[in-house]
Amino acid sequence: MSNLLKVSSSPHVKASEDTSRIMLYVIIALLPTTFFGIYNFGSRALLLVAVCIITCVLSEFLFEKAVGKKNTIKDLSAVVTGLLLALNLPHTLPVWQAVLGSVFAIVVVKMLFGGLGQNFMNPALGGRVFLLISFAATMTHFEYDGVASATPLAMVKADASVNTLDMLIGRTGGTIGETSALCILIGAIILILLGVIDLTIPGTYILSFSIFILLFSGRGFDIDNLVAHLCGGGLMLGAFFMATDYVTSPITPLGKVIYGICLGVLTGIFRVFGNSAEGVSYAIIFSNLLVPLIEKVTVPRAFGVVKAKKPKEVKANE
Amino acid sequence: MIQYIHNKRQPIINGIESGVELMGLRTFKGGVHPYDGKELSKDKPIRELIPQGDMVFPLSQHIGAPATSCVSVGDSVLRGQKIADAGGFVSAPIYSSVSGTVKAIEPRRVATGDMVNSIIIENDGKFIETGFERCDDYTSLSNDEIIKKIQNAGIVGMGGAGFPTHVKLSPNNPEKIEFIIANCAECEPYLTSDYRSMVEEPEKLITGMKIILQLFPKAKGLLGIEDNKKDVIDAMQKLVANEPRIEVVPLLTKYPQGGERQLIKACTDREINSKMLPADAGCIVDNVATINAIYTAIVEGKPVMDRIFTLTGDAIKDPCNYRICIGTNCNEILEQAGGFAKDPVKIISGGPMMGFSVMDTDLPTTKTSGALLCLTIDEVSKYETTACINCGRCVEACPENLIPSRLSKFSDHGEKDEFEKWYGLECIECGSCSFACPARKPLAQAIKTMKKQILADKRKK
Repeated sequence: MSNLLKVSSSPHVKASEDTSRIMLYVIIALLPTTFFGIYNFGSRALLLVAVCIITCVLSEFLFEKAVGKKNTIKDLSAVVTGLLLALNLPHTLPVWQAVLGSVFAIVVVKMLFGGLGQNFMNPALGGRVFLLISFAATMTHFEYDGVASATPLAMVKADASVNTLDMLIGRTGGTIGETSALCILIGAIILILLGVIDLTIPGTYILSFSIFILLFSGRGFDIDNLVAHLCGGGLMLGAFFMATDYVTSPITPLGKVIYGICLGVLTGIFRVFGNSAEGVSYAIIFSNLLVPLIEKVTVPRAFGVVKAKKPKEVKANE
Repeated sequence: MIQYIHNKRQPIINGIESGVELMGLRTFKGGVHPYDGKELSKDKPIRELIPQGDMVFPLSQHIGAPATSCVSVGDSVLRGQKIADAGGFVSAPIYSSVSGTVKAIEPRRVATGDMVNSIIIENDGKFIETGFERCDDYTSLSNDEIIKKIQNAGIVGMGGAGFPTHVKLSPNNPEKIEFIIANCAECEPYLTSDYRSMVEEPEKLITGMKIILQLFPKAKGLLGIEDNKKDVIDAMQKLVANEPRIEVVPLLTKYPQGGERQLIKACTDREINSKMLPADAGCIVDNVATINAIYTAIVEGKPVMDRIFTLTGDAIKDPCNYRICIGTNCNEILEQAGGFAKDPVKIISGGPMMGFSVMDTDLPTTKTSGALLCLTIDEVSKYETTACINCGRCVEACPENLIPSRLSKFSDHGEKDEFEKWYGLECIECGSCSFACPARKPLAQAIKTMKKQILADKRKK
């Protein structure tokens, strides 16, 4: 025994899963909807996906180089941000705008706050909303089969009829990754089976949103309308892939439920009473800001700790 | 690597788990599934290990006041002779496990890294014993006699905690004790000493349990056994078939199933917190080795001198279970066991989840040493710590329903009030959070540090 032994505090073993593995799982789960988006919208969609991913990774790399921080691009989180941002863009968006959005997402929303784990809002959504405010025209211009068209959600808002089957499969206009509810659900199942997310946040989100729509959309108990709302816009993508972002969602079990309900109600308010047809991005970003407060009031009671224990102690002393 | 296959989380199962029962097996909420490594030594029968060299007996190998030496340098002692008296009620006497001469009384390093005053005995290799008084009819003994015998035998919690057993068996309200739980979970990976003794000498455990039950006429005896020891569950079920007061409780294999609070939850669905004793929930929990020691003390009349010890790990040539004389130097055990197959990188006294990593193997074994684990890979230094991404795996893993990532942050920032508000003092230091963390953060270490500081502050007040 010539070598010195290593000494550390227990435990001395670690699970194999690390951060980059989790990010890889998310990327894998996003592939179905990414491929469908590329199939649906053509090479332009592929170009935007590539541009966003490359820009995000490069911005993280260059930022860390510039400020002398340790290089963290290997954790794959920038790839996830880039991919998610691209999936939230219309395929007709000018490339320079996509680059700008990616840089904003990584540098401003993520890195300036301290990098992975420190950002208070989802970087991809931050980037998307930044673009939505800056370039409203190109960000809300949707084409399908080369023809400019309203998104199904806008049609729902205008009380026009929509084909819910097309919406489920994804043969409609919209951003690259949001149109196919089916592909997103496949991805969601992958995430759940791999243990990356559980159903608490998406479940409460979708449930509370459904109840809100049934109560307040003015259409009564209209299942078609509800399905259109669920499959339309960014709801599915938002619920399973962005609302569940670890960093920007509560860590407490009860907090997750409250967060999900906040998301559902806010999305409902924005969609039913707001000016625009869409509301998922704003709902998630707004709820992200509530997370510290939600966590503060939902600290779970520790195992075996009972609230009303005072009277018992008195008895024991007697 | 094969050893990672078992590390996979079980998300779906964890989701359904109600917290008490799963597929007919009792359990608790939270916990992790580390690679258990038991196959290395579980089928190796217990071998006797006869020490040749000097024996070291630290005066503090239990919780409570250190024992006070009752021999002087130059005295000759016999195997089974008391060499140190208990230092108080919460303390335990120490007996020599060999015959020989007291060589010195001086501080020696123990597995936790502390220097502890110890009695060093030069072993004459003859193992001449003092007489032991057998007592096969233990039912004729009164409760006081039994407790006295247990106290005099120096029995402490031999699962690792080292709490004097006679104190545990003397609760304020003995008539309120409803369950005596035998901790047969052995949930720490790699350890097989309890398993082997249950396979080879199950009647000791059953008789020991019956002796404890005699102290508490209203209590029921429960043997909580993890289902990775199916053979033991079956064998024990047959053995207790005619024992109306003893029952086998099959438990789900999950770490830390053998944690006292988790075991009580699984066996009785009762919960206790850090400020309570198991007796407050009507339970007394004792580990297999402790109950066997009670059997040995009462029936064979022998004090604590030997224990079962697992020498294992991928660096060991021949992982095996031994009956060792307490006080034997770890180097001697290694030598007699054939030494290393590969150079060890990390050596742990105890299991990999809660054991202490040691600087070298020149250490005495004590009443609480159950294993020496020698590994060729140190997973702690192998991985780099990255940023917390708030994933919540530590929350899922925590059997105490805490938020380890937040507690560790409070610890880093020295926020004691927040730490207490988030129930940091309830931590049982099982290490499940650090194990599960994908950012490889030393969460348990940070929490333990803060806990120690706060508890020290409280004692000062």
